[in-house]
Amino acid sequence: MIKTNSLPVHGQETTKNFVIALAGNPNVGKSTVFNRLTGLNQHTGNWPGKTVIKAEGAFSHRNRRYTLVDLPGTYSLHASSTDEQVARDFICFSRPDLTLIVCDATCLERNLNLVLQILEITDRVVLCVNLLDEAERKGIYVDTAMLSQQLGIPVVGTAARSGRGLTRLKDVLDDMVAGKIVTTPRQVVYDPELETSINELEERLTPYLPDWINSRWVALRILERDYSILDHITCTRLGSYPRQVVKEEVALCLT
Amino acid sequence: MNRIVIPNPLSLIDIPVGGSARVVNILTIGANRRRLLDLGLVPGSIIEVIRRSPAGNPTAYLIKGTQIALRNEDARQILVDTN
Repeated sequence: MIKTNSLPVHGQETTKNFVIALAGNPNVGKSTVFNRLTGLNQHTGNWPGKTVIKAEGAFSHRNRRYTLVDLPGTYSLHASSTDEQVARDFICFSRPDLTLIVCDATCLERNLNLVLQILEITDRVVLCVNLLDEAERKGIYVDTAMLSQQLGIPVVGTAARSGRGLTRLKDVLDDMVAGKIVTTPRQVVYDPELETSINELEERLTPYLPDWINSRWVALRILERDYSILDHITCTRLGSYPRQVVKEEVALCLT
Repeated sequence: MNRIVIPNPLSLIDIPVGGSARVVNILTIGANRRRLLDLGLVPGSIIEVIRRSPAGNPTAYLIKGTQIALRNEDARQILVDTN
């Protein structure tokens, strides 16, 4: 086969294009990480909704090709705004090979909300703690090894503006897609009453769900009365089950 | 429903500019409650009042390291204490 710049063919290991979703809170340097990794010059700036739709770029590392998808910055994935819906739908339904979450080292606590929400959807996650330079100026030092242990996913510290930590980040992304890293994402445990409902609903829903989706997460969204999830799944994968059947199953649990 | 009884409840709009308070409870439910929680307004958070807009609404708050503007209607739903 002649090497060209055309898009790689899916299914061939050597030419497979790995898709990485780039998620994070607004204004954490996500687009700077994107530009640094892809060599592109996506516009960066700090006003709300800057990355309105997702931008894509490509890069290669250790003979593997990656497509990086820059998602809008959000505090949450509850689909209460267009930005959040774009981010959630991509992470959940487009099934990227990996999700890279960028967070701000100067206010880590605020950023971990989104991290835990994404860990409820997928275990294919790498965390990039960015703005280490700004944090150090404020006297903040982040123990990335401890954070990695607590969250059960790889954590890499970076200062994307100066390029610090980015080679290591690429190495870790590569190790993840190569299957060299096994993650054990920290799960949020809710109170016993809620856990009982989650389990019951999950059990009923599982036969109707495609195997790639996290049924616990779907159950949680339904308990929050977010039925848009169900529409997505029933429309795309369950031609043989009328939507009504699934909704009736759900209704049985909610009474 | 559990009712939480707080003597002389203060809400976030009662805190003057420059002051700070700790979140005790959020009175809204549904999507709006979720939104406020996602912004970092969870019980126990310390909120600082940064400044009010010229018309007095919205007000900018420092919440977990980020400045966020809230409408007074929303701030009124956030119960706080100042101890």
